[in-house]
Amino acid sequence: MYEFNYKKAGSLDEAKALLAGADDGKLLSGGQTLLPTMKQRLAMPSDLIDIGSLAELKGIAVSGDVLSIGAGEKHADVASSSEIRSALPALADLAGMIGDPHVRHMGTLGGSISNNDPAADYPAACVGLDATIHTTDRSLSAEEFFVGMFETALSETEIVVGVDFKVPQKAAYMKFPNPASRYAIVGVMVAQYASGPRVAVTGAGPSVFRQMEMEQALASDFSPGSIEAIRQSPESLNSDLHASADYRAHLVGVMAKRAVEKAS
Amino acid sequence: MISVKTTVNGEERSADVEDRTLLVSYLREHLRLTGTHIGCDTSQCGACVVHVNGKAVKSCTMLAAQAEGCNITTVEGLADGDTLHPVQAAFREYHGLQCGFCTPGMIMSAVDLIRRIPDLDEPTIRQELEGNLCRCTGYQNIVKAIKSAAEQMAS
Repeated sequence: MYEFNYKKAGSLDEAKALLAGADDGKLLSGGQTLLPTMKQRLAMPSDLIDIGSLAELKGIAVSGDVLSIGAGEKHADVASSSEIRSALPALADLAGMIGDPHVRHMGTLGGSISNNDPAADYPAACVGLDATIHTTDRSLSAEEFFVGMFETALSETEIVVGVDFKVPQKAAYMKFPNPASRYAIVGVMVAQYASGPRVAVTGAGPSVFRQMEMEQALASDFSPGSIEAIRQSPESLNSDLHASADYRAHLVGVMAKRAVEKAS
Repeated sequence: MISVKTTVNGEERSADVEDRTLLVSYLREHLRLTGTHIGCDTSQCGACVVHVNGKAVKSCTMLAAQAEGCNITTVEGLADGDTLHPVQAAFREYHGLQCGFCTPGMIMSAVDLIRRIPDLDEPTIRQELEGNLCRCTGYQNIVKAIKSAAEQMAS
């Protein structure tokens, strides 16, 4: 790694001030993406501001039809939370599919969505479960938050504080993982609400997106058969050494059907 | 430079390290606890797994500075004097290693896994070993060793 200054923030306000004062400061939460990136010398921040132990970023609570999770909550804690297991099991399942046990013991919700890796799992949960993302400055819908490949609406000194997920009538997440990294080649979150179904796809495109054609079909008939004939277009999907755009497009259909089947 | 104080295998330790020092380097180079291995440079192999505050983590993917004040257990801290930890004994009994390079991480992951999940079956053990690579054994005897240790520790 290149050299940097390590600073531990005692509060969110201090973290914001440290970020504002640094030449090229980065927030360190679980570090499970940032540190490997820095080890490969693909990033060279001047300062790492550690927000990993801030109590302000912790907490899991269900209130009515909203499940609130602090940005600093770790994947393993989301996966094993009895409150999340009972209120929104699809989200606990998704958190339990991220990386490996060691990554899940360190990586956090806020870190994952702030990085917005096109193959990360949490963006599909945020968009599929109609989440509101609370930052130090404002609240945004998930669709406003995720802008593009590794890009979010966050400003340089804005920090994700927590995420409110809307508890659906039913939901399921299915993914086809890269066998080496466990990132999603394609992952699909399907959720049914009184207002209608939502289908969010990660891994396939530059950033998470809603599959509107499937949402419309599921609105009249929430069954795997209703989306059987829908073909995801490979246009603008990712193509790399792991999977071609055509293959990813095919997997969107397969994963969506499996998710609907699991949710039904 | 920063001073990092931790409790490692029950003993209070401290070392002055660069801000960018990884936990695994702190353990190996500063505290001379070389049981924890570095098998890759990409956070994938799991040879460096230690327990920080009771949870298995990759010590190559955590800064020493992040471990300030933490309670750390390395593979050196498992045995009770000359008596091996049941997981270590099972790895010997079932020949759960060949070259032995991945073994410290395998054992630390296995201890964590047995603590977290009761009634481990074989598919669960295999799934939970996603973060630990072994290039010799084909995993068969590692899985057998962990299953046996889990049963023994439950009884």
